[in-house]
Amino acid sequence: MSLNPEYLKEERSQAWRAELRAKTKNKERILIPRVKMPELAPAIRVKHQDKEVNMGLELEQALKEATRCMDCVNPTCIEGCPVSINIPKFIKYIEQGEILMAAATLKETNALPAVCGRVCPQEKQCESRCFYVEKTDKPAVAIGHLERFAADYERNSGSANIPETALPNGIKIAAVGSGPASLSFAGDMVKYGYDVTVFEALHEIGGVLKYGIPEFRLPNSVVDFELENLRKMGVKFETNYIVGRTSSFDDLREEGYEGFFIASGAGLPRFMEIPGENYNGILSSNEYLTRVNLMGASIEGKDTPVLKGKYVAVIGGGNTAMDSVRTALRLGAQRAMIIYRRSEAEMPARVEEVKHAKEEGVEFMTLCNPLEYFADEKGRVTGMRLNRMGLGEPDSSGRRRPMPIEGSEFELDVDLVVVAVGVSPNPLVPSCLPDLKITKWGTIVVDEDKMQSSISEMFAGGDIVRGGATVILAMGDGRRAAENMHHYIQNKANH
Amino acid sequence: MNRILEKTYFSDKVVQLVVESPLIAKSRKPGNFVILRIGEDGERFPLTISDADPVRGTITLVVQIMGVSSSKLVALEPGDSITDLVGPLGKPTHIENIGTVLAAGGGVGVAPLLPIVEAFKKAGNRVVTVIAARNKDLIILEDEIRKWSDEVIVMTDDGSYGRQGLVTAGMEEIIQREKVNECIVIGPAIMMKFASLLTKKYNIPTQASLNSIMVDGTGMCGACRVSVGGKTKFTCVDGPEFDAHQVDFDEMLMRLGGYIQEERKASEIYSQKL
Repeated sequence: MSLNPEYLKEERSQAWRAELRAKTKNKERILIPRVKMPELAPAIRVKHQDKEVNMGLELEQALKEATRCMDCVNPTCIEGCPVSINIPKFIKYIEQGEILMAAATLKETNALPAVCGRVCPQEKQCESRCFYVEKTDKPAVAIGHLERFAADYERNSGSANIPETALPNGIKIAAVGSGPASLSFAGDMVKYGYDVTVFEALHEIGGVLKYGIPEFRLPNSVVDFELENLRKMGVKFETNYIVGRTSSFDDLREEGYEGFFIASGAGLPRFMEIPGENYNGILSSNEYLTRVNLMGASIEGKDTPVLKGKYVAVIGGGNTAMDSVRTALRLGAQRAMIIYRRSEAEMPARVEEVKHAKEEGVEFMTLCNPLEYFADEKGRVTGMRLNRMGLGEPDSSGRRRPMPIEGSEFELDVDLVVVAVGVSPNPLVPSCLPDLKITKWGTIVVDEDKMQSSISEMFAGGDIVRGGATVILAMGDGRRAAENMHHYIQNKANH
Repeated sequence: MNRILEKTYFSDKVVQLVVESPLIAKSRKPGNFVILRIGEDGERFPLTISDADPVRGTITLVVQIMGVSSSKLVALEPGDSITDLVGPLGKPTHIENIGTVLAAGGGVGVAPLLPIVEAFKKAGNRVVTVIAARNKDLIILEDEIRKWSDEVIVMTDDGSYGRQGLVTAGMEEIIQREKVNECIVIGPAIMMKFASLLTKKYNIPTQASLNSIMVDGTGMCGACRVSVGGKTKFTCVDGPEFDAHQVDFDEMLMRLGGYIQEERKASEIYSQKL
């Protein structure tokens, strides 16, 4: 299912594509300015946890943006896509006005296009490899916005195309975890004809897409629609089921499962281990976001509580930190602050998230590092002590190392602190497999090309391998694991 | 799935449920817990498994009515199903034949203590158990505990049953009388704190099973963190049992009160609805 150059060439040489290229000259295409994503006004959106900030393109906007794409002979954009979407093909279908065909093209290689169109860092992937970026000084074709447009159009049209699947081969496959890696794996395996069951520990399918990413960035209804497509393709889902615990891997082998894909995520939040960090009102971003996103804690009538703060500090500079601080604003914080030890240039969060956060009134305290927390007599956090940082020589990550500035310590009033400094691999599943090779950090060791672990019928991908990455890299892992597990099972059958 | 087969009131606040859950019944070990959710608006909360019947495919849970979630669970009747039930979670109790084991349970803590007492007995230990509660009505599972203990001491705060006094009084009596190789304590945090202080005085290795606040129960949220030997641990994946002498019980007590205002408000709203 991966895209080879001959196939791309063949598709590109089809009459409709050639006609479309001839219809508008590249000189004209290049003059069109990049579309701007319509956004909900900051003053309105900060009042709603569940109202999407990016509102999506109108048809006219999408048609025009699609016209910017030159349908290059050598589409480097595809090389930037971890799931190898045939980008020019789907964009040209949009230009042609055949939006449903564009959506079908996305689903050839991507099980979750409406999700990716929203949360992928396209600026670092496909769009960074666009002709416009590589060869001109103009901004890339808005591939991400167009992906979202096509997927949303299909969802709203009520006529979702279900990708073709091979005849069922009756071979049972288990995918452990139901986040993006697993869903992408399951989508591909079911296309090959396997009988795939996705096992999820929580009561909801979707992993980080449900518990982590807030609805103002990724509505649950969008995720549910993509899940429904997978169900229609034949993927089975089991919630409240921890493989290795509820049943052992051997139990599942006895039930006839022949292949396992482990994508149990990087579920273990990291803390800084500084004094006072266990006071009440200091919690991990995972806890904060899970309470709000998965459990609906901010909705009237839900039993799960969430602590609300007037002065909220979020520690970290990644997308999870942005999600947390923007959630805090929506839950009524007067001051919502990002506290990050490096400068804004080193922030791992997407530029768009930082921009949105700033528009909404988030304060950015960069080059600041927490040292200690203070609490009242009941143990609820009331303040923190920090120091200011300078930037030294680049460290192993290539980013300039933050160094404390002597005598720069200061205190800050806070009544809620969300720690978003990263996650470690979840030990729950690997700990059930003594023979499985893991690194000293607890991630599963795999052959990088094949995603195969030290136990030959077990493949792994996503954060349990990477230790904390993006939705789309996890999905790329899922696809690679599916392709290679398919070869592995075929080879085994032939011997 | 997750159908309630039997419901027994131990007192007006403490209820035992036998729940159909064949996979967990087969895979659970002493010390394991489950996470439950009642209804689509429900929160996730942990309960330790007090017994299981792999043949019948059932697990037994004992719940004390404390707030909204426990009330919702107790409101279910035989034939009803628990919306979500997942497990078994947590590390199982380390069981070996070490000689004499002193087990101490306070209140509903006796329920999770039961399978551990059984396992220590089956491993060949001499097991002496102290069960304690505020009054006679709150003493639970006495017969079952007796079945697996060489000796049982019952303590009540008000003296309405057994002997009057705290659990620690019963424990100290045993410790002074005979050589105890290991202690296991399960109950309210304050009880575990004082039980732990006592056994520390006598230098007896002691395990405590902690009942921290949890959301997912799988290591994901960190709500259940606890300081053990100066290091932060997660009760759900590193525990629930820890070396009691290393546990910072004061911090644990403080953290258990972290949502007290929210819990009180929710309880008020819930009781008004009824």
